[in-house]
Amino acid sequence: MKRVLFALGLGMLSLPALAADPSEMLKDPALETRAENLGKELRCLVCQSESIEDSNADLAKDLRIVVREQIQSGKSDAEVKKFVVDRYGDYVLLRPPFKPTTLVLWLGPFAFFGLGLVAVWAFYRRRGASQNPAAPAPLTEAEKRRLDALLKEEK
Amino acid sequence: MRRLFYLLPLVGFLALVAVFKWGLNHDPRLLPSMLIDRPVPEMSLAPLPGRPAESGLSTADLKGRVSLVNIYGSWCIACVQEHPYLMELKKAGITIHGIDWRDDPVEGAKWLKKHGDPYDRVGADPAPGRAAIDFGVTGAPETFVVDRNGVIRYKHIGPITPEVWKTVLGPIVQELSK
Amino acid sequence: MIAEIGHFALILALGVALLQAVVPLWGARRNDPVLMGLAGPASVVQFLLVAVSFAALTHAYVVSDFSVMNVFSNSHTDKPLLYKVSGVWGNHEGSLLLWITILALFGLAVSLFGGNLPPGLKARALAVQAMITVGFLLFILFTSNPFERLDPPPINGQGLNPLLQDPGLAFHPPFLYLGYVGFSMAFSFAIAALIEGRVDAAWARWVRPWTLVAWVFLTCGIVLGSWWAYYELGWGGWWYWDPVENASFMPWLAGTALLHSAVVVEKRDALKSWTIFLAILAFGLSLLGTFLVRSGVITSVHAFASDPTRGVFILGLLVIAIGGSFALYAVRAPSLKTGGLFAPISREGALLLNNVLMATGAGTVLLGTLYPLFADAFDLGKVSVGPPFFNSVFVPLMVPMVLAMAAGPFMSWKRADLMGVLGRLKLVLGLAVVAAGVTWFLEGGTAGPWWAAGGIGLAVWLFLGTLAEWAERVRLFKAPAEALGRARRLPRAAWGMTLAHAGLALFIAGATASSAWKQESVQSQKVGEAVTVAGYTFTLTDVRDVQGPNYVASTGTFEVTRDGKPFATMTPAKRTYKMPPRPTTEAAIVGTFWGDVYAVVGDKDPDGGYVTRLYFNPLVPWMWMGALVMVIGGLVSLSDRRHRVGAPTRARAGAKTQPAKA
Repeated sequence: MKRVLFALGLGMLSLPALAADPSEMLKDPALETRAENLGKELRCLVCQSESIEDSNADLAKDLRIVVREQIQSGKSDAEVKKFVVDRYGDYVLLRPPFKPTTLVLWLGPFAFFGLGLVAVWAFYRRRGASQNPAAPAPLTEAEKRRLDALLKEEK
Repeated sequence: MRRLFYLLPLVGFLALVAVFKWGLNHDPRLLPSMLIDRPVPEMSLAPLPGRPAESGLSTADLKGRVSLVNIYGSWCIACVQEHPYLMELKKAGITIHGIDWRDDPVEGAKWLKKHGDPYDRVGADPAPGRAAIDFGVTGAPETFVVDRNGVIRYKHIGPITPEVWKTVLGPIVQELSK
Repeated sequence: MIAEIGHFALILALGVALLQAVVPLWGARRNDPVLMGLAGPASVVQFLLVAVSFAALTHAYVVSDFSVMNVFSNSHTDKPLLYKVSGVWGNHEGSLLLWITILALFGLAVSLFGGNLPPGLKARALAVQAMITVGFLLFILFTSNPFERLDPPPINGQGLNPLLQDPGLAFHPPFLYLGYVGFSMAFSFAIAALIEGRVDAAWARWVRPWTLVAWVFLTCGIVLGSWWAYYELGWGGWWYWDPVENASFMPWLAGTALLHSAVVVEKRDALKSWTIFLAILAFGLSLLGTFLVRSGVITSVHAFASDPTRGVFILGLLVIAIGGSFALYAVRAPSLKTGGLFAPISREGALLLNNVLMATGAGTVLLGTLYPLFADAFDLGKVSVGPPFFNSVFVPLMVPMVLAMAAGPFMSWKRADLMGVLGRLKLVLGLAVVAAGVTWFLEGGTAGPWWAAGGIGLAVWLFLGTLAEWAERVRLFKAPAEALGRARRLPRAAWGMTLAHAGLALFIAGATASSAWKQESVQSQKVGEAVTVAGYTFTLTDVRDVQGPNYVASTGTFEVTRDGKPFATMTPAKRTYKMPPRPTTEAAIVGTFWGDVYAVVGDKDPDGGYVTRLYFNPLVPWMWMGALVMVIGGLVSLSDRRHRVGAPTRARAGAKTQPAKA
C-alpha cells in the first residue's frame, strides 16, 4: 500500500501536457536547437526511458527550463551536462559516459562481433582440417587448396 | 575443448539468471543521492505567504544542529500519509524544515493549516523548483538528513513511516546528534 | 458461472497438457505408436479447453461482468465493443491467457498439418510444446488467475488505460504473441531434434515455414506498435529503444537469423548446431521479453504488472525451459553430424556472416537493455542506456550487414567468386555512391547530419542490388522476351527474398530521412493564425469539443495549403477519457509520397492560443511501406510449394530427382 501511495505521489507529477511547451522555448533558434539536442540526451527521472524532451512529467519540464536557462547564460553543453550529473548522477545520461564502469557496455558489442568472427574463422579452419585429418593443422593454404579442389569436384 | 564451447550458452544464461534473481529483490527506481556528504546547496527560499519574513529557508539556517529537510507539496498524496508522523517527530523534538516544492505557496500554506505544521522553517520553491533540482529531488515526499555543519548525510525517498524512522532515519539522526 | 467454467477448463487443460508432455515422449523412446499417437488428440483437446477458457473471459468482458475482478479492473460499460474485447489482453492476466491460447493453437497446428512428419519427431515436438504449456498454465493458475471473483460485484469498472483504446494497440499484442509463441515451434522441434540426435533437411523444411509464420506475425506486431507510438504519442517518433520495444526486437533479430540459417540446413545440410542454437535463442529471447516486461527488474514506460512473485515464477520457468534446453544443447549438439562443405566466400558464407551480424545485433540490444541491471548488481553505479547509445552502436553494426545483403544473393552455393559478384554490382555501387553524393549535396554539405547521406546510399545499394539480382535471375536484360515467363517460374521463396530485402531498403530510406530531416514547429497558435512548416501552411480555423463514446475530444481544425493551393483539412484532437480520467493525443496525419504532414493540438494557454505541434516527417510512409513489403515477402515465400505445410516428406521424396537449386 505504501508503495502504491508513493507511486500515486509520483504519478501526480505527470499532468497532461505536451512536452516542450512553446513558452519554454528559447527565442534564439540556434540555442533552442542546442537545448533540444541536449535534452534528448537527458533522462526524465520519474518516467523512465524517456528523455526530458519527450516527457510530459513536471520534473522533466523543470529540467528543460533549467537546461535552457543555463544555455542562455552561456554555458557549454558539457557544463550543462555536468550541472545535471552533479545533482542526479550518471543515471540522468541516456548515453552512458565512456569510463571504466561502462567499458563492458561500450566495447561489448564489438567484442561480440569479434568473437563471432573468430568463431567463424575457427569453424572454417576446423572443417577444412576435419576433411583431411592427415594434413598438418597450420597449413591453411594447403587446406584451402584442398577445399577448392573438393569444391570443384562437387561442381 | 570443443565441448566446452557448446557449454557457453548455458553458462551465459545461468549468469543472467543470477543477475535477474538479484534484480527481483531490488527496486530499480531507487536512485542514490549524489548529494550525500556534500554541503546543502546554496539557496534562499522565500517564506510562505502570511508568515514572518524570517521563516523562509536558506543554506545558513541548516547549520548549527542536526535537522531534516522534507520536500512536500499540497498536490502530493503520499505527503498526506506521511504528515501525521512528522507531527509526532516534531513533538519528540526533531527539527524539521520544509520545502514546498512545485506548488502555489498559497496552497502550500493552506495545506499546512489543514494538516498541521511540523516544520521549523518552510521555504517556497515554486516551479521550476530550482532548489529541489539542486537537491537532486525526483519526487515528493523526500527527506534529507543534514548534520550540524550543514552537510547532507542521508536521503530518504518516500514517506517516513514509524518503521523507517526506527530502523533507518532515527539511528542516523541520533548518531549525528552525539 | 461462465467464469468458473473458464477457470475449470484451464485446470483440465493443465491435466491434458501434463499427459501430452509425458506420454508421447515415453512412447517415442519405446517406439510405441499408440503412446506417440496420443500427442495428436491431446493437443486438440488441450486447444479446445484453452479456447473455452479464452471465450469465457472474452464473454465476461463483452457482457461487462464486473463480478470478475479482471473485468472490473480493466473495463467499463461505456467502452466500444472493440475495446471491450481488446481489454481481454490489455492486462497481465488476460494477455497471459492469450499467450497460452496461441501456444495451444500452434500445438493444434502441428497435429493437424504434421500428418507426414516422422512420428517420433512429431511426438517429441508435441511433448515439448506441451511442457511449455504446462509451465504457463501453472503460472496463470497459481499467480495470475484471470477469473478471480469480486463479491459484491461493483456497479461499473475502472476502465482501460486510454492509451490502449486504439486500433493499433488493440491488435498489437495478438500479433506480437503470435510471433513470440510462433517461435515455440522452432524451439520444440529443436529440442525434439536434440533428443533424437538428428537434424536433417526434412527437419529444416518443417521448421522454416513455421519460423517464417512467426517472423511475419512478429514483424507485424512490432510495426503496429511502432506505428501506434508514431501517431499516438504525438511527437512523431517511432522507436524509442525502450526495454519493452527491445524485448520484442531481440527475438526478431534471432528469428531473422534463424530464418537464414535454416536455409543453409535445408539446402546444404550444414550449420546444424548453430541453427538449433538460434531456434532455442529465438524462443528464449521471447520468454526473456515476457520476463522483463512482467517482473519489474527493468523499468520501462510500458511495463505492466510488475510483481516480484510473478517474476520469481517466470524466472523459474525460464531456468527450466532455457537452462534445460541449453544443457541439452551442451550435451547433444557436439555430436550432430556436420554436412556440406563450403568456402568462406559463398552463399552459405554470406548467410553465416548475416547470422554473426544478426546475433551481434541481438547481443547488443540485450547488453544495452540489461546493462543498467548489471551495473546495479555489480555495484558499478546507476546508469541509463537510452536511444543515443543504441543509435551509435547498433546502427553502425548493421551497416556491414546491409552491405553484404545486396551481394549475398549473387553468390553461388559452396564457393563464389567475390570479384565476379562485385563486378556484377559495379553499376549498383556506382548509383549508390551517386545517391549518397546527391543527398550530401542537397543537404548543403555539412548542414545535415553526416550519416544521412550514408543511410540513403545504403538504401539505394540494397534496393538496386536486390533488383539487379532479380533481374539477373529472370534474365531481364539478356533475354527480355523470356523474362516474364522466367519471373513467373521463379520459386516463390526467391520472390519472397527479393521482396523482403527490397522492403528493408525502403525501410532504411524512410528511417534515415525521418530521423535526419524531420521539420517541426511548436508554438502557441490562436484560431485564425497560420504557421508554415516545410512549405505547408497550417491555419488553425477552429477548436471545439467533440463528444466520443467514452471521452471528450478537444478537436482542432487546420486548413492546410501548399503553395497557396488547398492541400488538406486536418483534425487532430486531444481526448480526455472519462474512466480512467486520462488524456490522449490523436495526431492528424496526411501522407504524401515525400513524407507525412503531421499535426497535433494541445492545451489551451492563458492568452487564448492552443499549443500546436506541426511536423513534416520525410519518407515516413516509406518505412511502413517497407515493413509491409517485407511482410508480403514473408507471405509470398510461405506460399512456396516447397514450404507448404506438410511438405517435408513429399519434398524429400522428390529430392532424389531434383538437385538442390540455388
